[in-house]
Amino acid sequence: MTPLFDVHRDLGATFTDFAGRRMPLRYQGELAEHHAVRRAAGLFDLSHMGELEVTGADAGRFLDHALVGRLSTLPVGRARYTMLCHDTGGVLDDLVVYRLAERRYLVVANAANTTVVHVMLREHADGFGVDVRDASADWALIAVQGPAAAAMLDPGPLPYYGIRAFAVAGRDVLLARTGYTGEDGFEVYCRPADAVAVWRSLLDRGPTPAGLACRDTLRLEAGMALYGHELSVRVTPLQAGLERVVAFDKRDFVGAAALRRQRATGGFATLVGLVTGTRRAPRAGYPVLAEGTTVGAVTSGALSPTLGHPVAMAYVAAGWSAPGTRLTVDVRGTGVDAHVVTLPFYSSQR
Amino acid sequence: MSAIPPHLSYTRDHEWLLDGVVGITAFAASSLGDIVYVQLPDVGAAVTAGVPCGEIESTKSVSDLVAPADGVVVEVNPLVAAEPGLLNEDPYERGWLFRISVSGTPDLLDASAYAALVG
Repeated sequence: MTPLFDVHRDLGATFTDFAGRRMPLRYQGELAEHHAVRRAAGLFDLSHMGELEVTGADAGRFLDHALVGRLSTLPVGRARYTMLCHDTGGVLDDLVVYRLAERRYLVVANAANTTVVHVMLREHADGFGVDVRDASADWALIAVQGPAAAAMLDPGPLPYYGIRAFAVAGRDVLLARTGYTGEDGFEVYCRPADAVAVWRSLLDRGPTPAGLACRDTLRLEAGMALYGHELSVRVTPLQAGLERVVAFDKRDFVGAAALRRQRATGGFATLVGLVTGTRRAPRAGYPVLAEGTTVGAVTSGALSPTLGHPVAMAYVAAGWSAPGTRLTVDVRGTGVDAHVVTLPFYSSQR
Repeated sequence: MSAIPPHLSYTRDHEWLLDGVVGITAFAASSLGDIVYVQLPDVGAAVTAGVPCGEIESTKSVSDLVAPADGVVVEVNPLVAAEPGLLNEDPYERGWLFRISVSGTPDLLDASAYAALVG
């Protein structure tokens, strides 16, 4: 249960079950909330996210081993987007890792994957001087996202993907300049007991309460992968177009052999952006065809509220991923013309 | 939950019917979320009770529009194609969908039975 459940109910929220929690899906309507985030700012409760704390003398070296990115050289007060992969190279979760101190990292996992991440990190910790703890119960997470967010928070100097100690409503919080909307914005990590006071203080500064429904269309427009859709253990970071997060110059890490092999071999299906002309949006699971043959499948799709036409992400076989490639999406039995575009569909003027 | 108009008839698929005019209920609209696309049957099309005759898409999902009764479509609401949000704003008036010449006696719920269904 989010510590903000009563607050959301009083705001008229419709709830959804998300990884075993009742989280706000929408308040007044997801389209208005979507536009509020693009034009001003939205306020999100993300308390369902999982937080793991990794501490100890070997913390950086351990994360270099367990994750695909290089975390040991991450400066204190900075964050990095990275992934935990299986030995097969398949993605177990995508993560944001913050370095809070020389020997202390905060690993933020998708709600449904927190247990897997915890178990796998503990398994990989063998031989390292490190403690891995599931601290999800210690943290509530509230985000303010949108071009007006900085003026509302007045954070002082805080770079994109930076994090620092801050105060909201007199409560000690961690303020991070991270998000999942494609806009400038902030994520406020606070104690669950402080969540109501922090939410109220932030809401008083004018953002629109925004639910998980608009979070999905916002991240889709921004071309950001969602675990369970674009990411799963059946695909690698290379397939998801996220080779940049894999530090191949590291000597060894979990999944390295499989990922190196795939990179050398090539010929794999990759994630692309698709745009269609009609108003019927491709949806997850719809087949993608070329020359009458299925060459892939849609992972996410919706009518883009910002752009006014459908956008979708899909995995397509090698040879069909170049921008401009003409494809067909089977929208419930009707072939709809689509073409491949470079992701993201939308980027802010940041 | 918004009030359920007492003068309409309802289906278990959350549609309403009055003198052949068909729409979706406020419960259906709010469950779907913001509606962004509506595909209606063509005028002249024969529809069959319980069988899909169109589609309603919200940002998140696609739902079948199920015919509430047997009949032939005699009119469609031109406004909802251009402004699908009418289904959320005003599902019982301006957000009506289409009108059919009903054949036979459809099996429908009255308002109190529908209210019990959506509880």
